[in-house]
Amino acid sequence: MSNITDLSLNELVDNVKSKKISSKEITNAYVERSKKSNKLNTYIEQTFDSAIKNSEKFDKSPNLEKKLPGIPFAVKDLFCTKGIKTTASSKILENFIPTYESTITQNLWDAGAILLGKLNCDEFAMGSSNETSYFGNVISPISDNLVPGGSSGGSASALAAKLTPATIGTDTGGSIRQPASFTGTVGLKPTYGSCSRYGIVAFASSLDQAGPMTRNVKDCSLLLEVMSSFDHKDSTSVDFKRPNYCLDLNKNIKGKKIGIPKEYRVDGMPKEIDKLWEKGKEYLKDCGAEIVDISLPHTNYALPTYYIVAPAEASSNLARYDGVKYGLRADGENLIDMYEKTRSQGFGEEVKRRIMIGTYVLSSGYYDAYYLKAQKVRKLIKNDFDDVFKKVDAILTPSTPSSAFKVGEKSNDPVSMYLNDIFTVPVNLAGLPGISIPAGLDKNNYPLGLQIIGKPFDEQNILNIAYSMEEKINFKLNIKDWWIK
Amino acid sequence: MAIDLKTVKHISKLARISVNDEKAKKLEKDLNLIFKWIEQLNELNTDKVEPLTSIAETTLRLRKDKILSENIRDEILKNSPNDNKDYFVVPKVLE
Amino acid sequence: MDQVSKDQYVIEKNGNKYEVVIGLEVHAQVLSDSKLFSTSATKFGSEPNTQVSLVDAAFPGMLPVINEYCIKQAVKTGIGLNAKIHKKSIFDRKNYFYADLPQGYQISQYKDPIVGEGNVILDLPSGPKTIGIERLHLEQDAGKSIHDIDPGSTLVDLNRSGVALMEIVSKPDLRSPEEVNLYIKKLRSIMRYLGTCDGNMQEGSLRADVNVSVRKFGDDKLGTRCEIKNVNSIKFMQMAIEYEANRQVELLEEGGKIDQETRLFDTKKNQTRSMRSKEDAHDYRYFPDPDLLPLEFNDEYIENVKKEIPELPDQKKNRFIEKFKLTPYEATILVSDLDTSKYFEKVIEKSDVKLSANWITGELFALLNDKNLEISQSPIGPENLSKLLNLISDGTISGKIAKTVFEIMSKDEEDPNVIVKEKGLKQESDPKALEVLIQKVLSSNEDKVKEYKSGKDKLFGFFVGQVMKESKGKGNPQLINKILKEKLNG
Repeated sequence: MSNITDLSLNELVDNVKSKKISSKEITNAYVERSKKSNKLNTYIEQTFDSAIKNSEKFDKSPNLEKKLPGIPFAVKDLFCTKGIKTTASSKILENFIPTYESTITQNLWDAGAILLGKLNCDEFAMGSSNETSYFGNVISPISDNLVPGGSSGGSASALAAKLTPATIGTDTGGSIRQPASFTGTVGLKPTYGSCSRYGIVAFASSLDQAGPMTRNVKDCSLLLEVMSSFDHKDSTSVDFKRPNYCLDLNKNIKGKKIGIPKEYRVDGMPKEIDKLWEKGKEYLKDCGAEIVDISLPHTNYALPTYYIVAPAEASSNLARYDGVKYGLRADGENLIDMYEKTRSQGFGEEVKRRIMIGTYVLSSGYYDAYYLKAQKVRKLIKNDFDDVFKKVDAILTPSTPSSAFKVGEKSNDPVSMYLNDIFTVPVNLAGLPGISIPAGLDKNNYPLGLQIIGKPFDEQNILNIAYSMEEKINFKLNIKDWWIK
Repeated sequence: MAIDLKTVKHISKLARISVNDEKAKKLEKDLNLIFKWIEQLNELNTDKVEPLTSIAETTLRLRKDKILSENIRDEILKNSPNDNKDYFVVPKVLE
Repeated sequence: MDQVSKDQYVIEKNGNKYEVVIGLEVHAQVLSDSKLFSTSATKFGSEPNTQVSLVDAAFPGMLPVINEYCIKQAVKTGIGLNAKIHKKSIFDRKNYFYADLPQGYQISQYKDPIVGEGNVILDLPSGPKTIGIERLHLEQDAGKSIHDIDPGSTLVDLNRSGVALMEIVSKPDLRSPEEVNLYIKKLRSIMRYLGTCDGNMQEGSLRADVNVSVRKFGDDKLGTRCEIKNVNSIKFMQMAIEYEANRQVELLEEGGKIDQETRLFDTKKNQTRSMRSKEDAHDYRYFPDPDLLPLEFNDEYIENVKKEIPELPDQKKNRFIEKFKLTPYEATILVSDLDTSKYFEKVIEKSDVKLSANWITGELFALLNDKNLEISQSPIGPENLSKLLNLISDGTISGKIAKTVFEIMSKDEEDPNVIVKEKGLKQESDPKALEVLIQKVLSSNEDKVKEYKSGKDKLFGFFVGQVMKESKGKGNPQLINKILKEKLNG
């Protein structure tokens, strides 16, 4: 039999259900591999001992009806986990131990999954390269010194390096899809309201959505099925009938109309990306889909809009980290002094920069010029998609305007870093589902992804399209275990 | 709209983040760069556009007036930087 | 308005007459079991931090879910204030840092409140006066900072954190401390009738920020106002207004300028003073709370809430005047408090209306006032008072004896019939028995009888008094009068 860690999530589930492999064997395999992979710096907290104990417990009386029976999972450290340190990769939460569980992780455990540990990410999910983490940057298994993308960089890296069979991330402006694209994996951001935000450390409430990160599309559909649920504890959670994404997954996309937005052909985009995009169109045609040229005229304004809306919400969401109730507290002569020192010492530079941006755009005299303006443009961006979705069933775009970059390459130029999210951000602004699938390699053999954007709550459709394309693309992630000595 | 050092200091005060002069200068530079880029939004005339108020495709759900939370004081105070068993404790507030 | 009438509140300095302009922002705690956005209890007086959920303490990833009952309470109150109910309203975040504000923001309503313009009618001695209501919105209360337990630090209790408040903002229509008194009482009365706020100021369920400015009589323009924060009793509000208005007038007369600022009322010195954190000009950075959606409801919802609105003080007052022929003054007093009006309506089920009104507003109020009790705590219940009044009406006892019985009732809470019987206080209404007494008095005062008959009418009272004395106070005064007159004039 091949290595356990080479098996896909669905294969593992099947093997457990047919009692060919035990939960403990799987857990052990991932623990062992994870232990040898510290160089990638993917984990912030490892719960290997309890994971093995839990796998033994599972094997003793296995419930094989579960969707993720005894499957170990490492998760992004933005999900609050009861009794397990949850830091959001920030010094300000360095020692924070929640007494509660996020709905998403609870759904995982309810489905039989076992926690392996908490994965590194950009601090408070603010970043596109996983370089803003207080716990150090994450290395991509693709190549030494290469960023895995962000903010779910630890998740993408751990997934690609096979330290976890699948994982979960959060996506505010591309934080699942961009690292998936950079690491040759599959990442889906669900429709806003599909996955509960309860218990996830908030970055920007109107944009944040948790989603699955997996090695293939079928795994993605299975994990989404487990994650997505209606939650009374989240006022923005939408009560709709959730399909059995995995069961209903199929390759019948004949007659589907797929839009190609001309605005996504940006200046300076590498030729390889354009080529892959063209290839993607051909594959879709081969599957019987119809390609339609479309326009999303306000695309260019999405990023600046995002960099007003997201920091504004973040500046307010992060006000609770004040040294009073939990987390870091610096000594101060008085209350205000304590606040200012705690927050200055507790937050990293990028987080502080975004809090400053957000505070500024909401401040007296600037609200209309920035925040209100941004919410109007956001409306226009949403209208663009609404109009287009009257004509097409889904949209195909590149996931990112470039492949992964070197550690440190963009960290001194915030705007050029922000530009990385140019294709993913509009999807968050419009609250739509989007999936990134690996589509090929660039000249350095770094992975590149294509993104499929769907109508609200039409995840099944984009999964089916991705599933069909995946077969045609037949992408193989060939990672040599260079970091394992 | 250029952001000067005084504005940076004012904003940091509002955000309750202390910045020294060196950091303030760096922030001044970064913020000006970012806002120069953001200002491309002004190309768009949005006078007649209604701002987006919510992205969730649903209406506000209402909860029944039921007490479901019990006394979890120990849990609430457990992560507090101070070890008082009844209260959160902060440096003396003057007012 | 150059004419200054004599019942207006005026501050005079150097011969200049100033008018005081007051607006109130009343914070009324919504009567509900659980908090506005969390499922913790709202009960007053519990052990510190025992009614705090993860949401109230703003733990990472916690989200607000709104309480439908609090919304209904706000709509009810809006209807009670004759106000426009907004079918769409928005919850905003008001951002500021404070020890007892765990989220670093308060969820409130800024541009789009749930209730718009309305009004409250005050019954002034000079006639009714309408006070405009600007708006009513829902918001979260903060926790409590305690500065006097630990000398070195401030302690924070979050029990109150997240409790629903209605902020009711008046227009600057109030002109004197007395109007403020009547306004708060009227507002409280309306909310108690509606059951939306208990109005208990000792427990902080009703507090107000008071905006005060002054201007010379005849000026159209409003003066610069100062806001006195968080005053929690009517008395303090009145004192604060008086102090603040005088301070402003003095400053202006000295050629000074009023700074628009937030001030505190120091209840020990009876003064207002500027709040220290001036360097920190507030910039609340309001924006719609992205964790919540706009609050929307339809006409049907509002109509259904309207069906639950009870008779309110103004309507009740009109009914009392029309149906029971009470004077506006009596009616105003009897409806001012829901419990009083209920008490009154209970008594008049079996007793004379006028007599009931007199006794409730007279003897009963004096008793309650004396003992510092609410009418709901009255030692004399409406049934017993009704019995007592019926004893007067049917001539069993005199009004005077009734007062004696009333006093006994206030102590041992007994049935007045029993008291009258046991103490033998029944009025002597037998004409024959009274004639005997009268004859006795007349016989032993023959000289006085002569004087009376020669024209000294005033002596009649003397005879009545003597007969009463002989009857040990129990003689029926009407009968004594009648018989005496017959005897003396006959």
